[in-house]
This record gives sequence, structure tokens and C-alpha cells, in this order.
Amino acid sequence: MALEDKVKDIIVEQLGVNADQVTLEASFIEDLGADSLDTVELVMAFEEEFGAEIPDEDAEKLTSVGGVISYLSEKGFE
Amino acid sequence: MDSRRTVSIIGTGSYVPEKVLTNKDLESIVDTTDEWIYSRTGMRERHIAAADQATSDLGAAAAKKALADAGIGADELDLVIVATLSPDMFFPSTACFVQEKIGAKNAFCFDLGAACSGFLYALDNAKNQIACGAIDTALVIGSEKMSTFIDWEDRGTCILFGDGAGAAVLRAGGEGRGVMQSAMGSDGSLANLLWTPGGGSRNPISQDVLDNKQQYLQMQGREVFKHAVIRMTESVLQALEKNGLEADDIGCFIPHQANIRIIDAISKRLGVGDRMYVNVDKYANTSSAALAIALDEATKDGTIQKGDLVVLTVFGGGFTWGASVLEWGK
Repeated sequence: MALEDKVKDIIVEQLGVNADQVTLEASFIEDLGADSLDTVELVMAFEEEFGAEIPDEDAEKLTSVGGVISYLSEKGFE
Repeated sequence: MDSRRTVSIIGTGSYVPEKVLTNKDLESIVDTTDEWIYSRTGMRERHIAAADQATSDLGAAAAKKALADAGIGADELDLVIVATLSPDMFFPSTACFVQEKIGAKNAFCFDLGAACSGFLYALDNAKNQIACGAIDTALVIGSEKMSTFIDWEDRGTCILFGDGAGAAVLRAGGEGRGVMQSAMGSDGSLANLLWTPGGGSRNPISQDVLDNKQQYLQMQGREVFKHAVIRMTESVLQALEKNGLEADDIGCFIPHQANIRIIDAISKRLGVGDRMYVNVDKYANTSSAALAIALDEATKDGTIQKGDLVVLTVFGGGFTWGASVLEWGK
């Protein structure tokens, strides 16, 4: 499965939203109804899925679906 | 085969101060709402100690109930440990004040510092002293007057904490396996994520410390949340393995009561569903007292029955964490 699909699956599962809401532009808090703790859990789920370590200063900037995909892709995850 | 003695909890007790502070009450103190607090923490209300109540008063009240539940006199205690981050004074120990209040004249007494993890650290420490034969009977207490050490103008922290105390009496012998092996850990490299930086020898009380409110608890919530979930999950699995058990064998899991979202995240990872005991709605985070109060309630309200296997797990400043397993024999 491509990186983009894996990321979207995690978001659907963690936030309990429909897949069609999870567009690249969608903001976790503004569009997908997440609160601050949901975003922490999302980051934890990405870390677990990809074996990545995402420092908190980076995590705070990951506010949208597209942002997460480019971040993980720049870090070499696929 | 562990040749050491079996150690059982023979009584528990807890005490919370009379005054209740609801989320609604907090709306008039800081900029927050009942809905915001409940959805992010699972808390509805917390208890706040009176001005003339110190941590040892709360601890002594819980201790007296635990001794009555155990059916023993305070003079039978060999050891009293108080786990607290809100001691009456820097010294002497809060445990010595409790000793005086309950009349445990034959005990030696000390405080234990492991922040929110303190009660489990104290329980494990007392258990090992009894198991090796150094002593026979111990009283362990988690007691906190958190309300004195939080900034009531900081809506990010003041909503999270409450005051209270819980206690357990441990004694050599008993039916079943009693208090079993623990898995404990600490990571001092992350101390600055959850601490009270002022007032000690690093930053003694000064006008500057007071102006910067360094005498109050400070917390990096996101990081604490993440580490709490990871460490409690990990230590539960380690403790189960050490005792040759699996999550399915356990009747009740009692985690540190800091936040329902942390508890839910651990529950999901361990796959234990409704076997997680929760009372954070009533007391908020009472630090070292939280586990002790929950253990007392779970054994009194019928959640834990004789012969049940129970997992206890904690996480707190330091960072400190741990998990232990016990067979309830009472």
C-alpha cells in the first residue's frame, strides 16, 4: 500500500471519519473534528505504523493530511 | 521459584476532603467549560482540601480506615511509607506526621518521591521488605494536597488535579499469591516535561521564583500523554510476563487516574475493554493517591472479588512508571 493510503487509513480509524473527508487539504482540527489529544494519538499511530520517531516540535506542525504525507515522505518512509 | 514470603494486602482505605469543585465551578475561575474539560479528560469534579488540612491529615484519615479494614492496631505496624509530591514540609517526612496522628509508635517512617507513581513504588518497596523477612507489617499511603501546588490561573493545569489519599496495609502470609512481581522504570532525561521547578535547592524561594510562578506544577501535556500511554502499556506487558500471566487472565486493571483518554489509549493497546477501572470522573488526578483510592474503591464496590488477579499501573513525573500484579485474597 502506498504511503498516502496508509496515512489516510490511520486517520479514518483514529478519528472515526469517512474516507472521502480525508482529502490532502483537510485540517485535522478544523475539518476532521480532532482535538489536541486526538492529534497526539494520531502522531503516535503514525510512529507505530512507520517505526518513525516524530519529535514534538515537528508533530505540532503536522496539522493537515497532506502535511503528514509530505513529512513522512521527506523522512524516507513509504 | 521465589522462596521469599508471600505478602498480601489485608486492608485498604481512602479519604477525600468534603469540598467538591465541579467543572462548572471552574468556569468561574478560569476560561474553560464543562464540555471542554469532560471531553478531554473524563473529569466531572474533584475534591479540594480545607485550608487547615495538610497532606498528613488526608493520609492519616485514609490510614485509619485501612487499619480498621485490616482489623489491626496501628501499634502492629513496622513501617509507614507515604508517597507524596505535596509533603506537609520539606522535613520531617509526612510519614512521621502520619505516624503521630495514627499512633504507629513501633514503625519506622519515611516518604517516597516518585510523583504520581509513588503509591505503586511504595507498595512494591514495602512488599519486598516483608517478602525478604526484614519486617512483617507495613502501611503504604498515597496522599496529596495538589491544590496548594497548582497555579489557579493556568487553565491548562488547574482543572486536572484534586486532593485525596488512599492507603493499604500489607502483611506477610495470606491465601493465594498476594502481591507479585513488578516491572518498574524511570527516565530522568525527561524530568523537565512534568515538574515543579521552584522552591527546592535548584531554585530556592525568591521573589523571582514567585513572580515566575515556579513554585507551581508545570507540564508539557502532549509529551506526557504520549509517554504515559507507551510506558504504562509496556510495563503492564512486562509485569504480566514476569509473573507468567497474560492480559486475559486479569480480572481488573487499575491504571493511574490522570486522564480518561490516556486510560482508553492503554485499554485499546492491551485489548482489555471494560476491565479498566475508572474513577477519574469523581476525583480528577490526585497524583500518588489516585491508584490507592481506586484500589480501595474497586475492592469495596465489588469490582474486585477474592481470587481475582489485578494489574496496577502508574506513570508520573521523573519520568517514573511501573506495573504490578496481585491476587486479591481478602
